[in-house]
Amino acid sequence: MTKKTSSPNLSRRDFSKIVMAFLGSIMGAIVGIPIIGYIISPALKTQTVDEWVSLGALDGYPIGTPKLFSFTRTKVNGWERTTNSFGVFVLRKSGGELKVLSNVCTHLSCRVKWSDEDSAYLCPCHDAQFAIDGEVIYGPPPHPMYEYEFKVEEGNILIHLTEG
Amino acid sequence: MSGNTAEKIFAWLEERLGLEAIYATVLDRKVPKVNWWFTLGSASLFLAVMQGLTGVFLTMYYVPSPDKAYDSIQYIMNGVAFGWLIRGIHHWGASLMVIVVFIHMLRTFFYGAYKYPREITWLTGVFLLLFTLGMGFTGYLLPWNQRAFWATTVGTEIVGTVPFIGDFLLKALRGGTDISAVTLARFFSAHIWILPAGVVLMISVHMYLIIRLGISNIPSDEE
Ligand code: HEM
Ligand code: FES
Repeated sequence: MTKKTSSPNLSRRDFSKIVMAFLGSIMGAIVGIPIIGYIISPALKTQTVDEWVSLGALDGYPIGTPKLFSFTRTKVNGWERTTNSFGVFVLRKSGGELKVLSNVCTHLSCRVKWSDEDSAYLCPCHDAQFAIDGEVIYGPPPHPMYEYEFKVEEGNILIHLTEG
Repeated sequence: MSGNTAEKIFAWLEERLGLEAIYATVLDRKVPKVNWWFTLGSASLFLAVMQGLTGVFLTMYYVPSPDKAYDSIQYIMNGVAFGWLIRGIHHWGASLMVIVVFIHMLRTFFYGAYKYPREITWLTGVFLLLFTLGMGFTGYLLPWNQRAFWATTVGTEIVGTVPFIGDFLLKALRGGTDISAVTLARFFSAHIWILPAGVVLMISVHMYLIIRLGISNIPSDEE
């Protein structure tokens, strides 16, 4: 700022500059803060899934062979709804032991099928085979099949679905 | 020390960009003693900038497709922080801008400000009024609710009453016989690209002429 006057008092020009800068900053903040909030708002919403999904009565599942249970869950992202389908194998062993395995192949996420003939879960994509309790027998998958945490309440099996 | 550095930076920029000259031409202009009616052009400019700004941010979440347009606006209103504010400013600003631009036109008319040498200022102003109305018309369809749909039905039917070429104009506006996904997409395109480009062009000429010619005086009795 160049002083045009030698007067010790603030010149009219400098005064209005300061007022303008002050009001300008306030207006900038009034407009700027909502806009920043508006842009980043979807990033601040964490979408978590934490749900116990019932798979029905334990008695409905055979002992010794895995049985598939399927369900869907819908997610809302902004203006879009996406429905995902889930498939889980419930395995009741003769000793009373229970296992719930995801049907998603741990290689590249194709869906595996149980084959009574081969006594294994078969993946159609790259011919992987998993043993009845999820161990990799053959093929490229790097891990055993994913297991769900479960509980049995009043004769019903519930699995813990979590995400995020 | 820091003040000195800032001055040096400014001097460096000033030497290359001639900022003071721009400032002097654009803002340090001599203006005759006028009244508040003369502020309406600046008010129009301010509103145009606000519409542009809020409009740009609305496109961040708005989707111009019949099955998503309505939901995306619901999302802006209820799902995004300050979405109601951004949309509210754009919504009410649109009506306000039509009113302000119109009164600005009345003021230049009644003060005879359109006369020599300002005919082209007036002419670009006419385009600005038409474009402003066009922005309102195309923007109204975008929420894709009942009101939007029927307003556009009626609006395009009015165009359809033009003798001889009316039917063609109606189809050209709608992109077919019906109001459809094609209509929504072309209204969106007109609303965010074509009309704003026209507005920017016309405002540039309008403002250039105002800076070049200065503001007209209030006419006196002798004139
Ligand atoms: C987006 C719309 C418009 C904007 C942003 C705008 C902006 C401006 C501005 C900032 C001025 C300076 C003087 C004043 O503020 O009164 C002005 C002057 C003028 N405007 Fe507009 N204007 C718009 C629309 C129009 C319309 C619709 C007309 C008439 C059809 C018009 C005709 C004029 C004329 C003739 C002047 C010269 C006035 C004078 O020299 O005294 N403008 N305009
Ligand atoms: S995805 Fe299952 S083997 Fe590749």
